[in-house]
Order: sequence, then C-alpha cells, then structure tokens
Amino acid sequence: MKAYLNRRYRFSASHRLDNPAMSESENRACYGKCNNPHGHGHNYIVELTLAGEIDKDTGMVCDLAELDRFMREQLIGPMHESNLNQQRLLDGEIPTTEALSKNIYEYVKKNFRKADLQRVRVEETAQNAFEFHAPNASHRF
Amino acid sequence: MVFMSRRAEFSASHYYHNPQWTHEENARVFGKCANLNGHGHNYVVEVTVAGNVDPRTGFVMDLKTLKDIIAVEIIEPFDHRHLNKEVPEFKQLVPTTENIAAVVWQRIAPRFASGTNCNGAKLYRVRIYETPDLFADYYGEA
Repeated sequence: MKAYLNRRYRFSASHRLDNPAMSESENRACYGKCNNPHGHGHNYIVELTLAGEIDKDTGMVCDLAELDRFMREQLIGPMHESNLNQQRLLDGEIPTTEALSKNIYEYVKKNFRKADLQRVRVEETAQNAFEFHAPNASHRF
Repeated sequence: MVFMSRRAEFSASHYYHNPQWTHEENARVFGKCANLNGHGHNYVVEVTVAGNVDPRTGFVMDLKTLKDIIAVEIIEPFDHRHLNKEVPEFKQLVPTTENIAAVVWQRIAPRFASGTNCNGAKLYRVRIYETPDLFADYYGEA
C-alpha cells in the first residue's frame, strides 16, 4: 500500500532580495522592503511530502528518525540562523521563497533516496507559502 | 469538481512493536515508540471528498453525513482507546500514522459506495495528523 508522509521543519534566517542586474531604483520598486540593504529575517517552515510503500514490518513509508537526521544535518542545521544570500544551496540565486522551495526540492530529491519526494512547501510567514511539486506528482496535495 | 474536507480529533495511545523481532530489534527500529507501556497523541483525522456541487442544495455532500460517518466509524472506536489493544486492525498491524490513515480509509470507504446518501461524492484522501509537524496521507492506492 502506498502512502504519503508529511513532515515539517523550522529554521530562522535572514536575506535580502536584490538583483545586481537591476538598478538601485528598479530593485527598490521590484522588492520594496525586502530590498533593505541591511537585510531582514523570517521564521521559515519547510514541509516535505514523501511517497512510498508502507513497509510490512515497520508500518512506515521511511524511517522518520533517518529523515529527521538527514534534514537536520544537511539542510535545516546549516540554514538555521544563517544569511540565505550566502547559502551554497541557492548558488547565487535571489533568495526568494520560490527559489528556496525549488532548491530544497532538488537537494532532497537527489540526496534522500529512502522515499520518493513529491512536494516541498516553504512558509515564509503564516501568510505566505510556496510549493514546488514533482513533475510527476501523483495527486493534488 | 469541488473538494470538501472535514476534521475531527481523537486521543489515543499506542506503541510500535513487531512480534517477529527481538526486543532489541524493536528498540533499534522504533526507538522510544517501542516502549510497551505505550504513549499517546491527540490525533486529527481529516477526510477529503471530491464531487460535483448539487445545483439544488449547493452541497458536494451533506456535511452532517460526513461528520456522522467520521464520528461512528472512527471517533467512537478510536477515541480514548489503546490502538494496539482495542482496535482489531492493529492487533497485527503496527499503528503508525501511515497505517492509521490506511485503516481509516478502509473503514469509511464503503460508506461512499454508490447508492449511499453521499450525493455521488467520492472519498479522495484520508489525512492523519499525529502532531502538527507529522502527518500521513492515504489515497486508496493498493
């Protein structure tokens, strides 16, 4: 039987939205308060959806402790209390929440092979959230 | 097509134990969840149905019907119970969040069969929250 495991993680980080290809006034017009040269921060939530067969012996899609360890050591730990503009994960991309959701999806998809990643949701605040779905996602989550 | 979801809560205890394994193996795989004295959660069950809106009532299905299905099939037998000891499905099956979602689906799916009073709405998803940060979905897939 196939089921979907959802897990949420939290981290706090700073960022500044600024595109060096735009002029100062264009950046201000495009990004508003998010263009403040001193940066600002958020308490982010990352939510993953992973698909897999329910293992007959364990009742699990994948070992939650293993998933938590992977996320803590490779993504949440390094991002927590960091400046997202300096994160290698984003590789120079403007650290919007859209970019975060896409890059987290790609990193987890490539490096966590114990279940099939279907969706990454990143909440920047309680009022805005962005989702990146696997191109072959099985459902409307 | 409109999707309609209804939530309800139940509080229950459980433990994770595979009788084919040694005590050490259970402890290694399930960690704290293998404690045979059990532990508990305030679970949230969310049932999503999909269907067309009835032009006469404006409903996908009568919400009270859905509420009653969840109350009778799930809340009554699960709330303030020990899942391993008091819910027959979990005598053999480890009551993980994934398995609870599948068992809930199996219990309520017959209530959406044709000829029932669900206005043709189909069961779409069962979601079980063990905590706000851990939840599992089942869509009826074999």
